[in-house]
Amino acid sequence: MAVGLPENVFLTRLDAAANWARSNSLWPMPFATACCGIELMATAASRYDLARFGAEVMRFSPRQCDLLIVAGRVVMKMLPVLQRIWLQMPEPKWCISMGACACSGGVFDSYAVVQGVDRFIPVDMYVPGCPPRPEQLLAAIIDMQEKIRATGTVMGREFMARTSPMGPSPFDADELLRIKDASFVQLGGLSSPMGSVPRAGGSNHG
Amino acid sequence: MVDALELAARIGSPLTESTFRDNRRMDVAATHILPLLTTLKNDFGFNMLIDLTAVDYLEYEGARDRFGVVYLLLNVDSGERLILRTAVNLPEATLPTATGLWRGADWMEREVFDMFGIRFAGHPDLRRILMPDEFTEFPLRKDYPVKGRGERHNFPVITRAGS
Repeated sequence: MAVGLPENVFLTRLDAAANWARSNSLWPMPFATACCGIELMATAASRYDLARFGAEVMRFSPRQCDLLIVAGRVVMKMLPVLQRIWLQMPEPKWCISMGACACSGGVFDSYAVVQGVDRFIPVDMYVPGCPPRPEQLLAAIIDMQEKIRATGTVMGREFMARTSPMGPSPFDADELLRIKDASFVQLGGLSSPMGSVPRAGGSNHG
Repeated sequence: MVDALELAARIGSPLTESTFRDNRRMDVAATHILPLLTTLKNDFGFNMLIDLTAVDYLEYEGARDRFGVVYLLLNVDSGERLILRTAVNLPEATLPTATGLWRGADWMEREVFDMFGIRFAGHPDLRRILMPDEFTEFPLRKDYPVKGRGERHNFPVITRAGS
């Protein structure tokens, strides 16, 4: 039986309608700590014009944002701040890890620099480059919109399935060897995505 | 030009003087660093502390002491510069503070403490300045691995479902 629709009425799924609205009005939270932040600014400025994709409203309060863009290296003193910002953002929210440092620590393989933010916060999109050109960030945001349209649900059910940490375990053999020398480490306090940490100085590990 | 012999006589301790290009450098015993700084500031017009930093000489060829603490002084009126170095060793590794002479020494001494673990007796607020407060090691010591001892991974992991 054909449904007679009045004019100006169309049928859609609620998910699709929500995704359409969400993906075309992303509000980025610029977490810019290094040179990637300069490219992020260039992306938002007139030449590359992020406004074409509905994401031009950078807000410096996480409570008004739904897209966290981590642009630049994150040091261990900054990571608790980043985590708090992520937790303060209202749902639904997404995260882009921009540049080599945010994705993997980049060339900064030192005691103070976190080796990839995906070890500690969830990341939806990775942008390679050092720093990435604005076109790459634009491509990531377009891909982000595609992802939201393809997988988004109005109640955010797709987020609930992601219960495991995303990044690699930091506790590789090399890291364990160094931790073994550390007298200060209370191993109960170390949290490992892989479960409990093997006991330092213990049986056969490392 | 400050005369090293005259300085040594005033503080009652020998000074080892050396020159590299335009730089005049003097080594002084740790017990006499504060009298020397005081004399240089009050009597010889070295009214500016340019820098205060440290070097870890672990495994350095021919080094006798573990740390060298370096003071770079400037006489603003005459333009004369002087580099002083004193040696400290573990386990105590303590020097008197220079904050009584130059307030600018405050943060520089905190940085030396943060990076090398050298303490400055009498410092008004000797806390870490660069590393987080809960950090327990001294990262610029040569026996500390460049990649750290797992501190950079010692954080809770936030999963998507849990945030």
